[in-house]
Amino acid sequence: MSKYETVIGLEVHVELSTKTKIFCNCSTEFGAPPNTHTCPVCLGHPGVLPVLNREVVNFAIKAAMALNCEIAEYSKFDRKNYFYPDLPKAYQISQYDQPIGKNGWIEIEVNGEKKRIGITRLHLEEDAGKLNHIENGEGSLVDFNRVGVPLIEIVSEPDLRSPAEARAYLEKLKTIIQYTGVSDVKMEEGSLRCDANISLRPVGQTEFGTKTEMKNLNSFRNVERALEYEQKRQAELLDRGEQVVQQTLRWLENENRTKTMRSKEEAHDYRYFPEPDLVRLHIDEAWKEEIRRSIPELPDARKARYMREFGLSDYDAAILTGSKAVADYFDMTVMEKADPKTASNWIITELLGYLNAEGKEIGEIKMKPVHLAGMIKLIQNGTISSKIAKKVFKEMLQTGKDPEQIVKEKGLTQISDEGQIKEIVVKVLSNNPQSIEDFKNGKDRALGFLVGQVMKETRGKANPQLVNKLILEEIK
Amino acid sequence: MSLLRESLKEIHKRLASRELSARDLAEESLRQIEQKDKEVGAFLLVDQEGAMERAAKLDEQLAAEDQRGILAALPAGIKDNLCTEGVTTTCGSRLLANYVPIYNATVVDKLNEAGAIAMGKLNMDEFAMGSSTENSAFKLTRNPWDLERVPGGSSGGSAAAVAAGEVYFALGSDTGGSIRQPAAFCGVVGLKPTYGRVSRYGLVAFASSLDQIGPLTKNVEDAAYVLQAISGLDVKDSTSADVEVPDYLSALTGEIKGLSVGVPKEMMGEGVSAGVRARVEEAIQKLEQMGATIKEVSLPHSEYAVATYYLLAPAEASSNLARYDGVRYGVRKPGKNLLDMYLETRSQGFGPEVKRRIMLGTYALSSGYYDAYYLKAQKVRTLIRQDFERIFEEVDVIVGPTAPTTAFKIGEKVDDPLTMYMNDILTIPVNLAGLPAISVPCGLADGLPVGLQVIGKAFDESTILRVAHAYEQATERLPVPPLGGIEA
Amino acid sequence: MTISKEQVQKVAALARLKLTEQEADQYTVQLNNILQFAEKLNELETEQVEPTSHVLPMANVLREDEVVPSLPREKALANAPDQQDGMFRVPAVFEE
Repeated sequence: MSKYETVIGLEVHVELSTKTKIFCNCSTEFGAPPNTHTCPVCLGHPGVLPVLNREVVNFAIKAAMALNCEIAEYSKFDRKNYFYPDLPKAYQISQYDQPIGKNGWIEIEVNGEKKRIGITRLHLEEDAGKLNHIENGEGSLVDFNRVGVPLIEIVSEPDLRSPAEARAYLEKLKTIIQYTGVSDVKMEEGSLRCDANISLRPVGQTEFGTKTEMKNLNSFRNVERALEYEQKRQAELLDRGEQVVQQTLRWLENENRTKTMRSKEEAHDYRYFPEPDLVRLHIDEAWKEEIRRSIPELPDARKARYMREFGLSDYDAAILTGSKAVADYFDMTVMEKADPKTASNWIITELLGYLNAEGKEIGEIKMKPVHLAGMIKLIQNGTISSKIAKKVFKEMLQTGKDPEQIVKEKGLTQISDEGQIKEIVVKVLSNNPQSIEDFKNGKDRALGFLVGQVMKETRGKANPQLVNKLILEEIK
Repeated sequence: MSLLRESLKEIHKRLASRELSARDLAEESLRQIEQKDKEVGAFLLVDQEGAMERAAKLDEQLAAEDQRGILAALPAGIKDNLCTEGVTTTCGSRLLANYVPIYNATVVDKLNEAGAIAMGKLNMDEFAMGSSTENSAFKLTRNPWDLERVPGGSSGGSAAAVAAGEVYFALGSDTGGSIRQPAAFCGVVGLKPTYGRVSRYGLVAFASSLDQIGPLTKNVEDAAYVLQAISGLDVKDSTSADVEVPDYLSALTGEIKGLSVGVPKEMMGEGVSAGVRARVEEAIQKLEQMGATIKEVSLPHSEYAVATYYLLAPAEASSNLARYDGVRYGVRKPGKNLLDMYLETRSQGFGPEVKRRIMLGTYALSSGYYDAYYLKAQKVRTLIRQDFERIFEEVDVIVGPTAPTTAFKIGEKVDDPLTMYMNDILTIPVNLAGLPAISVPCGLADGLPVGLQVIGKAFDESTILRVAHAYEQATERLPVPPLGGIEA
Repeated sequence: MTISKEQVQKVAALARLKLTEQEADQYTVQLNNILQFAEKLNELETEQVEPTSHVLPMANVLREDEVVPSLPREKALANAPDQQDGMFRVPAVFEE
C-alpha cells in the first residue's frame, strides 16, 4: 500500500450538438473549410451582440438533470477576459457564479466497488477557434469555425482517488451524456475534452496537498496514463522531501511525460463580470418539467431493468448499457420477441466481437435487430443449429438479408428426418468397421469420429443429437 | 434660407409636388458641407458617391409609388461609431482607421428603410470617450457658435453638423451624456432614449449597459420623427425591449397643463454656472406659466453618480475594447511575436484617454479590487436608480440643465481628466438609471447656447417630447449660429 | 486605496498596453486622482443593496436553433491584416 492518498478532480468540456452556435446562427457542423462558418457576431466585429440559442439552454438543463444536478432558478452569463488569437472578443462568455446546474453526482464502479462521485457544477460557455501552427514556426493561422460552438463544462468534486476511478468517471459521464443525446461526445473530434487536477496527501491527512492541473488529455487512455505519471512524479517528490509546485502541465502523449505550461504566479486574472449584453435566465418549474419529460431512461436505470426483467447478469447488463446504441439494439431485438438472454449472448460475444475486430460502430452494420431476433427463433424451433447460426449471422452482417432467406438460399435447414439420417448412418458405419470395433473396445472417441463423418456427409445440417442417437442404436 | 433648415412637413410637401427631389436635398447637403466643414470639421468621411446613388434610387422610388418613408430624402449624418457596411467606420480611433464594416447597424438599416440619405460619418471622441470631441484621433471639431470652442462630446461631430446646417439630422450615441451635452453646447435638440428602446446592434460598444443611440436635430418635432424611425425591438440585441413604440408625433400637443415637473435641487447647485442657471430658471418659470406644476425634488445620490460611472463604464469598456488586437481587422502594428504585436497594436492604436479608461476599468475588475470598486459601483447604481423611481412616483418629468456650463474653449480641459469628467455630472445619472432624456435649447448665455434637460420615466419618451416641444413652441428659437461669419 | 506605479504596469500588461516610463508616471498620478475621487462611494452603506448590472428587468431572451447562411469567406477575411490559406495569420505565439 502506498503511503499517499491520491486526490483527483476532473473538468470536462462537452460540445453540445445543436444546429447553430450558442450566440449566432452559424452552423456548428464539423469539418467545414476554414472560416466558412463565421459571421460578424462570432468573428467579434465591432458593434455585434450575442443572442442566446434556446436549444443550448435546453440541452444544458437536460445534461444537468441527467447528472443529478440542482437546476438554478436564476442563471446568468459572465465575461471571462483573456487575450488569445483564437478568442475573437478577447473574452469568453461563460458562467461564473450562477451555473445552470450544481451539486450533482454520478455513480461509478471500479473493481466491483460502487462509488458516488460529486459534480460541483455544470455551466454553459462558448468554444474558441482553432489555431494552426505554421511548420516553420513563423506564425499561426486561425480558423474561427469552432468559435461560439456551445460547450458545457462539468466540474467534478475532488472525489476520485485513483487514475482508474478517473477513467471510470469519464466513461460513465460520456455514457450518460450520450444517452441524453445532447452531444456526440467524441473525444477524437474534440466534442469531449478533459482537464485533470491531481494532488497527493499522506494517508489519514484531511487537508489537500498541492495540486497540479493537466491539460491536453485527448483520450480516456491518456487521462489514465497522464494521471498515473503525475501520481508517480508527485509521490517521488514527496518521498524526497520536496514540494509539489502548483502549476499547469501539458501532457505530451508521444513522450509519455508532462511539460510545464505556466506556474501559479503566471496564472491569469480573468476579471469575470456579468455579461451586460445578455439578460438573465429564469428557469421556472414548467420549463424544468418540459425538459425532465424529455430525458430518456439513463444507463443505471436501464441496467437495473435488464437484470430485473430479463435476468441478465450484472456484467452482461453493464456491457449492453455501456453504449446507448448497443442497448437500443438489444431492446429492439427483444421487442422482436427474441429470448433476451440468448439475444444478450449473441450481441455481447458475436456482435461486439465483430465490431471490435472491424473497428465499426453498431449504427454502421446492415443486420437489423429483427434479423437477429429471427435467427434466434430459427435456432429455438430447430430449423438451424447453433453452429449453422454462426454462418447465418456472418451472412446477415455482410448482406443485411433476412435469416430465413439465407437459410433457404443456402440450403442450411437442419435435417431432422430420422429415415434420411439413418440412411447416411448406415453408409458411414459400413465404411468404418474399425471405428465400430474401437468403440466396442471402450474407445469413446470413436463415436465422435463417426458422428463427425455423418455431419460431413450432410454438410453440417444433420441434427447432431439425432445422429448420435441413431449411431448408438445401429451399433448395439 | 438653406433647404436643410426648412421644416420636415414643408420638405415632404415639396417632395410630393415634385418641386423637390432627393437629389436636390443631397446636393444641398454636399454644398453645405463643402462650404462649412473646413471650419467646423464635423465630418470624418463624406460619402458623396453613396449619397448621390441613394438619392437617385430614392427619386425613382418616389416617382413610382406614393408611399414615402417618414424620413424620406432627408440628408443625415452618422456618428462614426455606427457600423455602415462598405463605408469606413473608425470610431475616431487610429486603430480602426482602415476598418470597413461587413454589416450595417440596425439603426442604419432603419434609416435606409425610412428613406433617409446617409451623407457620411461624423467625428467623435475616440470610442465615444470624451466630452469635447478633442479625443478624436483624426481632427478637431469646432463649435459653430464659436470656432474657438468645443462642440461638446462625444457626439460633437453630430451636434456640430446639425447646428451648422450641413445635414438635416444626425445620429449620435449617449453613454454618459454624449448626445445631450453636445446638443446643449451647439444649440440643437438631442435625445437619449430609454435603455432598450433603440437597438444597439452595430453600435461599437463603449459601455454596454449604458450606451443608447439617439437623434440630434434642429427641433423637437424632427427628434420625434427620427426616434419613431429607429425605435423598437430588434432580435439581434438581447437588451432591446419588447415594448410597444407609440406614435411620438401625436404626443406633440403643445399642451402641458397639469403636468407635474420635478426640479432636483442637486441639479441647480453650485457647480452650475450663473448663466446656465439663469436660462434654466427662466425655462422653468415658462413651464409654470404654461400650466405645469413645479415641485422641488431631491436626488440624494446624484453626487455619487460621476464616481459610479467612472468605475462602471471603464470596466465594461476595458472588456469591450479588448477585441482590438490586430488579429481580424484594424491597423496591426508589427511585433516580433504575438504578445509584441498585441502591445504595439494597442499602444500605438489607442489614444491617451482610451488607454486611461482601459487601465482604470481593468484595475476595477481585477482580482482583489472587484468588490471594492466594480461591485460597490453597481450597488450605488441601484441607489441612484431608486432615487429616480421615488421621484417619478410624484412627478411626470424632471427638468434641469443639461450641462453645468456652456461650451468651453478648445484645449481648456484636456490635461485634467477629472475636471473633464465633471462635465457629465448632470447627464450621467440618467444613463445609470436607464431613463430617457432630451436636451432642448433654452436661450443663450454670453452668446453661447444653453440646454434644458427633460428627463422622463422609462419608455415614456412621449412625455419628454411633449414638454420639450411645448416649451420650444412657446419660446423664441435660437438664431442660426454665426459660424465665424460664414453664415449670417 | 492607492495604486503604485508597479501596479499600473501590471494592469497595463493585463490590458496588453505598453507604457513608457513617462506614461506610467502620468497614469499613476491620474488613476490615483480618479480612485481617490471614487473613494467617495465608501461614504455609502451598501451592505444590503443589490447590485445593478441591468436596468431592464428582462429574462429569457432566446432565439430558435435555426441555421442562417454564414458569410462568404472573402467577406470574413476582408479586413484581415494578414491572411494565408483562408485563415487569419498571426505572429508566432510564444507562450511557453
